[in-house]
Amino acid sequence: MAMPKTFQGYRRENGRVGVRNHVIILPVDDLSNAACEAVANNIKGTLAIPHPYGRLQFGADLDLHFRTLIGTGANPNVAAVVVIGIEDQWTKKVVDGIAATGKPVAGFGIELHGDHDTIMRASKAAKEYLQWASELQRVACDVKELWVSTKCGESDTTSGCGANPTVGDAFDKLYAEGATLVFGETTELTGGEQIVAARCRDDKVRAEFMRVFDRYQDVINRHKTSDLSDSQPTKGNIAGGLTTIEEKALGNIQKIGKRCKVDGVLDKAEAPTGPGLWFMDSSSAAAEMVTLCAAAGYVVHFFPTGQGNVIGNPILPVIKICANPRTVRTMSEHVDVDTSGLLQRAITMSEAGDRLLDMMFRTANGRLTAAEALGHREFVLTRLYESA
Amino acid sequence: MIHCVLHDPDDSVAVVVVEGVAAGATLTGLILDEDRTITLPCVQDIPLGHKVALKDMATGDTVIKYGIDIGKVVQPIRRGEHAHVHNVKTKRW
Repeated sequence: MAMPKTFQGYRRENGRVGVRNHVIILPVDDLSNAACEAVANNIKGTLAIPHPYGRLQFGADLDLHFRTLIGTGANPNVAAVVVIGIEDQWTKKVVDGIAATGKPVAGFGIELHGDHDTIMRASKAAKEYLQWASELQRVACDVKELWVSTKCGESDTTSGCGANPTVGDAFDKLYAEGATLVFGETTELTGGEQIVAARCRDDKVRAEFMRVFDRYQDVINRHKTSDLSDSQPTKGNIAGGLTTIEEKALGNIQKIGKRCKVDGVLDKAEAPTGPGLWFMDSSSAAAEMVTLCAAAGYVVHFFPTGQGNVIGNPILPVIKICANPRTVRTMSEHVDVDTSGLLQRAITMSEAGDRLLDMMFRTANGRLTAAEALGHREFVLTRLYESA
Repeated sequence: MIHCVLHDPDDSVAVVVVEGVAAGATLTGLILDEDRTITLPCVQDIPLGHKVALKDMATGDTVIKYGIDIGKVVQPIRRGEHAHVHNVKTKRW
């Protein structure tokens, strides 16, 4: 199948292209969730993104908190942002970070006002943004302007031989078109790290990849109380037939295809500086990793699953790919692309990749994913250590 | 029907890809990397997604899948038996 060269997206003020047009109500901290949810309830069509953190964090952990919130607001799937925090200074920091993209953003601090007055003022801003955003039009955009992330979850052995190589085939084809891609899950490469290292573009990228891989291994070794066989593979993985972390990792790595090079290494929620395939040093927990991808600016996500992970994200459409015939039968409402035919030789790997790319274009053009239709909006911030 | 798939012809395990695989069955296995099939006996019931051993393995042997080391044998495994957490463990962590 010849890949389409364009899709219909929203071109933002900074030139980036989004595939959704959300107006989000973003809390800086846990204390502001109630006000954000009240604003989203007042102004139908806006989206509150509550979360449990943002107080007394410090150092690299606080930097990651701000980078994730600012990145979420800056993501081109977002048209405009209302930010609410308990006090003005950290609120302004998030507002200023998002404003650098040129998109409309307004911040409100609750102290000295209370929830009622804050909700009223923030609702007025949200209404103006929503009506403004509702008139924005999709325009033709080049496929190379798409930023696509991947992370798998509730994997089983069918992930490694079906769903993950489907993503790999699609990634190989998107890479050739000059798209911007990312994978991560640092510890879930354990046993396959040398394969990823061999795929790195040059020695500098390889050294950086091994540095972050070894650092994460140190974290595991410092905190583990066993061989981690109660956590990695997960109980769901084991029920699905995965036995060891090495087996899981070798299945995981199928997602980066056969021809892509790893062009660079990103910190958590860090935006890439050019096209190609990037590795993000990240947790392997699904909602954490997908949240970090959204914060890094990715606009479509490929999520292969075996046993049936149901995850979504507030702003990033998550396309589910599954090759397990039982999961496709029992959890069909969660599956966007069924590639179970691969395991019976009913379709080729290239055909499976083309099916995923077809769904990617449909999704980019506006089709809601299963996770969006089902209301899955998991937004999970990664923490690095305890609060002060 | 394909009952199980393996990646590399030298793999020591294959993945069962259909439901209802029972002891006594003869399984058709697809080698994904070569697009050809093999047959093997199944001597235990094996759930969808779980692995069947393609050869006899002794304690301490390395289990090969994708043509690569995925762990070590901790209880002897015979060809056609179920290979999983009860007889295979990680070499990491």
